Amino acid sequence: MNMTRREWLRSTKLLLLTPAAAAFVDRLCGDTTAIPDKYQMAQHYWGMTIDIEKCIGCGNCVRACAAENHVQSGSFRTWVERYHVADWPADQPIVDSPDGAFNGFPPMADTGGKSFFVPKLCNQCEHSPCVQVCPVGATFETPDGLVLVDQSYCLGCRYCVQACPYGCRFIDEAKQVVDKCTLCYHRISKGLTTACCEACPTGARTLADLKNPKDPVHEFLRNNSIQVLKPHMATGSKVYYRDLDESVR
Amino acid sequence: MFALIQGVEGFMYPNETELQWSILIVFYPYITGLVAGAFILASLERVFRVESVKPTYRLALLTALAFLLVAPLPLQLHLGHPERSFEMFLTPHTSSAMAMFGFVYLWYLTAVLVVEIWLDFRKDIVMFSRTAPKSTRWIYKILTLGSQNISERSLAIDDRTGWIVTVIGIPSAFLLHGYVGFIFGSVKANPWWSTPLMPVVFLFSAMVSGIALVLLLYMFLMRVRHQIIDMRCVDTMGRYLFYMFVIDFSLEMLDLIHRVYEADESFHTLDFMVHTRLYFSQIVLQIGLGTLLPLALLAATQVFRISAPVRRLLYSLAGALTLIGIFAMRWNVVIGGQLFSKSFLGYTTYKMSFATREGLLPSIFLMILPFFILWGLVRFLPPWTTEDSEPLRAHHGGVS
Repeated sequence: MNMTRREWLRSTKLLLLTPAAAAFVDRLCGDTTAIPDKYQMAQHYWGMTIDIEKCIGCGNCVRACAAENHVQSGSFRTWVERYHVADWPADQPIVDSPDGAFNGFPPMADTGGKSFFVPKLCNQCEHSPCVQVCPVGATFETPDGLVLVDQSYCLGCRYCVQACPYGCRFIDEAKQVVDKCTLCYHRISKGLTTACCEACPTGARTLADLKNPKDPVHEFLRNNSIQVLKPHMATGSKVYYRDLDESVR
Repeated sequence: MFALIQGVEGFMYPNETELQWSILIVFYPYITGLVAGAFILASLERVFRVESVKPTYRLALLTALAFLLVAPLPLQLHLGHPERSFEMFLTPHTSSAMAMFGFVYLWYLTAVLVVEIWLDFRKDIVMFSRTAPKSTRWIYKILTLGSQNISERSLAIDDRTGWIVTVIGIPSAFLLHGYVGFIFGSVKANPWWSTPLMPVVFLFSAMVSGIALVLLLYMFLMRVRHQIIDMRCVDTMGRYLFYMFVIDFSLEMLDLIHRVYEADESFHTLDFMVHTRLYFSQIVLQIGLGTLLPLALLAATQVFRISAPVRRLLYSLAGALTLIGIFAMRWNVVIGGQLFSKSFLGYTTYKMSFATREGLLPSIFLMILPFFILWGLVRFLPPWTTEDSEPLRAHHGGVS
């Protein structure tokens, strides 16, 4: 069939208009099924699970977090600690975290006892002491369970840094405001996982959506011995550790 | 090597090695405490009719004002964004103890202290608006707020209103400094701070420091003015200083005994700190030189018959040591509370800078500034009444 380009365009113009017309009709009718999976805060409640046994202390998570979130040198949104408990007393462990484990850990002499790695990050507390003390409400809890900072509103008074029992907050020296882990909110609200979870080679960290009944977090919580950091603080931490040793602070 | 450079011993969480609250935040409760203490001393005469401290009444009010004007400056200097501090008034976060500071401060400044000073000095202001040199007369005229009425009846109303303001002022002063204690006492993450006794300890230490300051200022100014020091007044202040100090020290010891006896998970860390990094500032300065010694000196004035010149010397020494001791107490609370890790596994060091925004130099300036303001206030509104002023030549050694 011989057909010039002009003729082809003329014959298919109605066909080209069809999707546009359909979208227009959808909009008129208020049909939202065509809108691609828009993020609904009320449908999520975020936390994280950490499997201590799986962490190898490689520092991938620390580097990925720093790169993803442009974390200033010397401060950490996430870091990894290495614990060594020789025997007893178990509450006197030897702990190190050189540069937050940005470059992993140097080898340790085998002196017996047990050693393990503990990744740390903001616990996204349900009853956050940091939120409570902020004088202007610049630190706030979102409906989807995160503790975030409005840096355009923060005074830089550092009261929240004092109030955090886990040492998760620091001052951004350039902006003179507080900074902390956002659980990569810019990523998870787009359906991605956090930078640290993505970079973890052993799957020690897993992003958890507690409101999603199909999320593996529920099985993880049901079937394992779970602990949060400093439970006596009653902060409602949402970072759940599997088989956390009693020596961990 | 890294740990040595940072002054870190043991393990600190990586974000903890630098202290967040500097010497400026030490000055903040110190200055606020002096305000509250000076005001409560003034209220002794006004509300509780302790007539013997009357010579210090107006001086105490002006002292409170001078220090209150400076109180927010260390906070402003410390903030990362001081230009946003007004947000605390516009959108305060009501669950934050710090957010309430602005309101308590404004209330205390505008509804209590300024009103009381105005009522008390109104007669003087009106007189000055008529007799002062032209260059300053207009200021007094403005301060009269258009009322030239200084009749007996009008002054009696002033007096009565002033009494009511003072009655409101006493709980306000308690609130002003009690809340400062609450800012620290309510931080459950920090066992060094987290105690319900903190606001009460802050209150009594505030009264102690305020009385000591006014006592020293009164004796100094009387000497400078070549006026006789009213020993009845000084003795009464010394007595109240002693009583308040006994209560303050008892509360602090109660807190200490409680910690030692309970010996919770933080005890070893805090105990280690008191015996090492805070040994000088806490054991030597705060408890030894700043509490026990002045208490002994003040006790001596209560127990033994001592001549007036020696008593004055003892009061001066006790007052100065008290001020040092209370400053050390503020230091140990603010700085001490940040020297250990919240993991209880390590310690850091406070590295004070000098000529930086939060360094020693601006801190010294902020500590001197209230005295300059007080000097200006005393020049502008002399607190001396005619009955206070007796030339030194008329007496020898004052009244015992």
